[in-house]
Amino acid sequence: MDKKENQIINQPLIVINLGLEDFAKNLEIQDVEVIRVNWKPPAGGDKQMIDLLDQLL
Amino acid sequence: MFNDVILRKNEYYDSVFLMSINNKIMKEPGIIQSAVLMGSTANKEVLKDLGFSNDLIDNATANDLIVAIAGDSPEAINSIKENLTAWLSNVKSNQADIEIKSLKQAIEKNPSANMVSISIPGEFAANEARMSLTKGLNVFLFSDNVSIQDELSLKQLAQQENLLVMGPDCGSSIIIGIGLGFSNAVRQGSIGLIAAAGTGLQEFTCMVHNAGYGISHAIGTGGRDLSDDIGGLTTLAALDILEKDEKTKVIVVLSKPPGKITLHKLSERMKTITKPIIGCFIGAIGIIEGEGTIFRRATIINEAVHFAIDEIGGDFSESKTPDVVLQNIEIHFSKNQKYLRGVFAGGTFCYQAQQILTNAGFRIFSNAPLKKEDKLAHPDSSQSHTFVDMGDDFYMIGRPHPMINGSQRALRIIKEAKDPQVAIILLDFILGFNASMDPVGELVEAILEAKHIATAEGRQIEFIASICGTDGDPQEIDLQIKLLKDCGVTIFNSNAAAVLHTIQLLKELNHG
Repeated sequence: MDKKENQIINQPLIVINLGLEDFAKNLEIQDVEVIRVNWKPPAGGDKQMIDLLDQLL
Repeated sequence: MFNDVILRKNEYYDSVFLMSINNKIMKEPGIIQSAVLMGSTANKEVLKDLGFSNDLIDNATANDLIVAIAGDSPEAINSIKENLTAWLSNVKSNQADIEIKSLKQAIEKNPSANMVSISIPGEFAANEARMSLTKGLNVFLFSDNVSIQDELSLKQLAQQENLLVMGPDCGSSIIIGIGLGFSNAVRQGSIGLIAAAGTGLQEFTCMVHNAGYGISHAIGTGGRDLSDDIGGLTTLAALDILEKDEKTKVIVVLSKPPGKITLHKLSERMKTITKPIIGCFIGAIGIIEGEGTIFRRATIINEAVHFAIDEIGGDFSESKTPDVVLQNIEIHFSKNQKYLRGVFAGGTFCYQAQQILTNAGFRIFSNAPLKKEDKLAHPDSSQSHTFVDMGDDFYMIGRPHPMINGSQRALRIIKEAKDPQVAIILLDFILGFNASMDPVGELVEAILEAKHIATAEGRQIEFIASICGTDGDPQEIDLQIKLLKDCGVTIFNSNAAAVLHTIQLLKELNHG
């Protein structure tokens, strides 16, 4: 079966940033389009609850 | 001593910002110790180890900010409490502006997104990476503390979807000239790199740039990728990408020695690649399967750079920018001074330096040794010739990486200078995106104080440093070199060159 080729090096990077704000800033300095996520631990950081939610979704 | 703990419910901040708040607090008068952390289970353990424990901490969640302070008076602590809101408000207003709260919303906002950069606490990173892969995104996974089982399942999923997972614990990558994580401003060109270690990737790409050549892509894999547990899944995917890439004319694989099974798998894959391949497996002893026939073997990064430039028909000269600055001074070591101490920010630099010195017949002790028997009894206690990787987890608990903040390295330099047997201190300085904006400036005071300590006791300490950076980096490399030069440090443009000079001095010492 043919797999679709990874196009990562064939198109401009558009990056979703989850985490350090400096990483987003330094990508923008390099003229990269960045979508920032105001990330917080889901389910109040309760790992068991996160696993449960993942199973449900 | 007076202790206090401040809890701010439902206020989440990223770790680099929190470290900057911690640094602010530590600079205030009367503060002895502080920790500014989110209330995750791992962080609560850290606070316990630091001697902070109460109900507030016990009940905190990963969404709650904990500020734990020890001061010499209640006034010192109160002063922090009064200033804290103002210090935190800067980032809070920025965060409030970001309406996107999840990966799903981010994809809805721009369905053309093709990569996610994940630098959240490790315990949450695998879930977000998994979700990213199912949505067709390539993953740059900077977070560490991701289990090996999660790493394997993520990479298997990526293989299935024909996507790339760079990491976990991936410090650096360069894709189409764009630096991710800790990376340097290097020109684009025809040399492709696959690297397991962040600082190794930085050193290689900077050296190529400084020699006048360029990088097509430099793909970070994370340190465990070539272990037999993972089987090189990202390395193999990266080989596929670089093989198909028309710009890439030569491929370099840079890593610690791969696992035995994985090396065989890698050799088999390399056999079918039509482009020249260079393998640089730092620390590998003896003949490696496939060397000389399937790939050209380099033993250190400089040699890999040399071979890669050679393969594209170029001419490698190490002495191009940045210029090497050899301090033209006579060194007067006292007869008791016989030891070398390395205080490193970059893990690869600590490791490669050990390899070169070991090959030259010197035994080096380290907290990250080449051989188990050379492990320091405690990372803080140097013995004989010692190299310390200051990016070791031991130094990172609640503290920034030495590439972001040099305060822990500064303390260690002074500690080493107080040892009358120390003759040479070897350092590395790493420039680039996301690194400290003034890595040399942060250590200048410590270097001068170390020299002063030695001089006052009739000794002289020789400082030797390597600088990893380019003329395009935000820190202004010329200025950083000038700062080092002004405080009498001998500077080299690669870790290996600095180590070779060190060996020369050590040999003179032994004969003297």
